[in-house]
Amino acid sequence: MSEASAPRSDGEAMIEIQHLNKWYGDFHVLRDIDLTVKRGERIVICGPSGSGKSTLIRCINHLEAHQQGEIVVGGVHMTQDIKRIEQIRRQVGMVFQHFNLFPHLTVFENCCLAQVWVQKKPRREAEKTAMEYLERVQIADQAKKYPGQLSGGQQQRVAIARALCMRPEVMLFDEPTSALDPEMIKEVLDVMVELANEGMTMLCVTHEMGFAKTVADRVIFMDQGQIIEQAPPETFFNNPRSERTQLFLSQILGH
Amino acid sequence: MAAIPNTARVEMIEARLPPNQSRGLVGWLRANLFSGPLNSLVSIVTIVVLVRLIWPFLEWSLFDADWIGTTREDCSGEGACWVFISARFESIVYGFYPEMARWRVDIVFAMMALLIAWLAIPRLPAKRWVGLFTLVGFPVVAYFLLVGGSFGLLYVPTREWGGLMLTLTVATVGIVGSLPLGVLLALGRRSKMPLVKGVSVIFIEFWRGVPLITVLFMASVMLPLFVPSEVEFDKLLRALIGIMFFWSAYMAEVVRGGLQAIDKGQNEAGQALGLGYWRRMRLIILPQALKLVIPGIVNTFIALFKDTSLVLIIGLFDLLAIIRAGLTDTNWLGFAMEGYVFAALVFWIFCFGMSRYSQYIERRLHTGH
Repeated sequence: MSEASAPRSDGEAMIEIQHLNKWYGDFHVLRDIDLTVKRGERIVICGPSGSGKSTLIRCINHLEAHQQGEIVVGGVHMTQDIKRIEQIRRQVGMVFQHFNLFPHLTVFENCCLAQVWVQKKPRREAEKTAMEYLERVQIADQAKKYPGQLSGGQQQRVAIARALCMRPEVMLFDEPTSALDPEMIKEVLDVMVELANEGMTMLCVTHEMGFAKTVADRVIFMDQGQIIEQAPPETFFNNPRSERTQLFLSQILGH
Repeated sequence: MAAIPNTARVEMIEARLPPNQSRGLVGWLRANLFSGPLNSLVSIVTIVVLVRLIWPFLEWSLFDADWIGTTREDCSGEGACWVFISARFESIVYGFYPEMARWRVDIVFAMMALLIAWLAIPRLPAKRWVGLFTLVGFPVVAYFLLVGGSFGLLYVPTREWGGLMLTLTVATVGIVGSLPLGVLLALGRRSKMPLVKGVSVIFIEFWRGVPLITVLFMASVMLPLFVPSEVEFDKLLRALIGIMFFWSAYMAEVVRGGLQAIDKGQNEAGQALGLGYWRRMRLIILPQALKLVIPGIVNTFIALFKDTSLVLIIGLFDLLAIIRAGLTDTNWLGFAMEGYVFAALVFWIFCFGMSRYSQYIERRLHTGH
């Protein structure tokens, strides 16, 4: 995300998912998922709750283990081997619905922790990077505070900065605005839009259709563990082909 | 239809201070102890009962007590005679430790006090190195000083140890050993690896299911049956290991309670950042989990400290045992009250100290809202 004019969706494949299947016990959550994400591509995944959209992106950095199928991230084939999993996780940043900041550490320390322990950066350099990204999400003035002292919107911006500090190739967003009070949603979306405009490869599970219309290259609709429809936002919102998609859109946009 | 009036505030209300509710001592007494006839009656009865219970004890232990002297003749017999304690003070502190080597115990005591104070006072620097020395260097130094037998120091077998120094040795080793072991067991019990989990569960359930007295008896009587006779285990060492294992099982369950209270999102956030298992535990999960269960941990420390007195049943002379032994001294028959009250006071001071310090730490580590 260093150059604003990074190559767009015509780059090489960043994430390749083939024939992905996952079960919770007997429950088939993900069914034959095929998905290729190119470098710089911005994807919004939507769908009713329980459709498997969160599970899908959590498989990409192996927060969830899958039973069948192939996942390749940045050329690394996912296996059960923890070394490979960690190699993938170093390329992938994640932002959670409930922020998951470390409450016993200050905002600043939250951003430095993994830089020091995973990337083995010298303390100085880690602090510099942390400050840089905290400034980017406009929260540098709160650096010495603990997460519990910040509002939800501020916490989520810190969480984004924390993930960016690792300079990931891909960012996963798992319903980043769902736990926020309405007046705080915009401050988080603004950060995400900025990030998208800089060319970051992004996969966002979200119900913010305005965000999808503005920045997404592709919108994916999931239901019952499968990809029902995927299309560029104009097509997706104006001419959805599947009935399920039409129903879903009428439910979330129709009032 | 009546129109709904459209109102809007033009001027905002400024923030004001709350009404003053503290009205001095008299106000506090009236509000809390004498707010009505029934409350007043209960307060008066309670105060009278408390005074009648506590006053005689104060008279006996302080106002009528004898403090100065060296022999039994210095006791007036009206109240407690603390001469009994002061005359036996050396043996209460050092047990049967040879007099000429007691300076070594003093050094260990002083070092321990200094290190604990250093770690306990937040303003002092280099906590990490002092902590490391306390856990690694100090035990080695203490071992060589207390046991002796090298560097030209007189060898003092552990059967000559006793009194407060033995109590503190057992308690310190127990506390310092059982916490890390308990943490490992708690992590083991939550492990996804069946073997690690199984071993942890069996270990915890075994030691928790056996009374400490049984553990001590087994350590002193049964263990020699199982190990070849050439291997001679020190009796104190056996007791120390028994106590450490026993309390680590309790500690494990306390810590597990804390681990379970941590949201799984914390672990996931650590994973997503690429942190490995041990780093996630050490940097993210354990600091939060241990903080949550400080009351439980300190509760276990206090129970451990008090239960060190059980070592007297396998013939080790801890603080309580040495005082009891003093009671049978023919020169000092009939001073059981003084002896037990003093033993209770010493135990209480240490336990109360731990309790207060833990409350301070809890307040200090509070970061949330």
